[in-house]
Amino acid sequence: MAEMADLGSLIAGDEEALLDDWMREQLAATTLRRDLISEPDLRRQSAEFLRALREALERGAPDDLSDEAWSDTRGVLEELSRERARLGFTPTQTATFVFSLKQPLFALFERRRAAGDDAVDPLWQATRVLDRLGLYTTEVFQRSREEIIRRQQSELLELSTPVVQLWDGVVGVPLIGTLDSERTQVVMEKLLEAIVDDEASLAIIDITGVPTVDTLVAQHLIKTVSAARLMGAECVISGIRPQIAQTIVHLGIELTDVTTKATLADAIRFALRRLGHVVRPAEG
Amino acid sequence: MQRIPILRMGRFLLVTIQVDMHDRLALALQDDLAQAIVRHRARGVLIDISALEIVDSFIGRVIGDIAGISRVLDARTVVVGMRPAVAITLVELGVPLPGVTTALDTERGMRALERALAEDAGADLA
Repeated sequence: MAEMADLGSLIAGDEEALLDDWMREQLAATTLRRDLISEPDLRRQSAEFLRALREALERGAPDDLSDEAWSDTRGVLEELSRERARLGFTPTQTATFVFSLKQPLFALFERRRAAGDDAVDPLWQATRVLDRLGLYTTEVFQRSREEIIRRQQSELLELSTPVVQLWDGVVGVPLIGTLDSERTQVVMEKLLEAIVDDEASLAIIDITGVPTVDTLVAQHLIKTVSAARLMGAECVISGIRPQIAQTIVHLGIELTDVTTKATLADAIRFALRRLGHVVRPAEG
Repeated sequence: MQRIPILRMGRFLLVTIQVDMHDRLALALQDDLAQAIVRHRARGVLIDISALEIVDSFIGRVIGDIAGISRVLDARTVVVGMRPAVAITLVELGVPLPGVTTALDTERGMRALERALAEDAGADLA
């Protein structure tokens, strides 16, 4: 790994000038997001990366980025990618940070060669290392994005299935969004728990916000209704849009055992009547 | 052998399952209950399973069978206090106990039985 060490000492010899060149390069690039990152911050990040890169190279780090010698460099890049993913950079803009080092670095080699120092030609080596580091930023970038998406997904799952108490002994779940097995499970558990907690004998499942009902969704709904019935609570499915009613009949889904209502208002009226309440306008 | 007690309350029989049900216990209960309904000429059976935490398809089927047997002997069955986890398990197992009346707790279960009997009485008179 003598070439790597050579590359390292080459950078060490001209680190300040290289950083200046690189900063100029980055500031001129169209991919720089001045709205998201300030120049001093960028300079700090660049200097930090250059230092980590030089140290890794001087230690004679091998080609393989997963090697211990690269851990410092990886750490710097991970932090940078994560921050940029959060700030809203694109993967290209993030990876360009590393790739843009090539031009000033190659210019440095050129100057060295012109000065008669042609003992080594680290061009190929430098390209390989920088390419790998650049790809690594993309990888981390993607990973942090996925983390964000996963977190939002679980939050959405929790938020999108609130069980509300509509009246003494009546609970309701307004369902919004597509129903899949995972969500049905959450809805079912929450609804059944609410039935126990509120001693509710009636539960209204409102599907106004469910875009499509296919056989699978219907099956999930029927399961929930059966489970509630087993516990001694009656379920009403409301918010069935005309389109959905047609689909249900065309698909041959049997909803005969389930009380269904067109709107949530109808369901609430039904529930109140079932509990023995009468709703009428105030006199006067 | 361990047996589940069957309590008589007027025209109704009350069964509270306080232990983990195993298969022989469930079958013994089914047997005892059938005899008790005939002996006491009971009109309704209330089974409280609020302490039951684990069920399998067999227990589910036995509960369904008990309801069927009482119906043949002209008694109504109400299952009360089923826990959410048990309800989910039974539904997932495909044993949704058709024909069994359910209620949230013993009080509501009793009311459901009385209402059903009143309906029956009305039907008899008509």
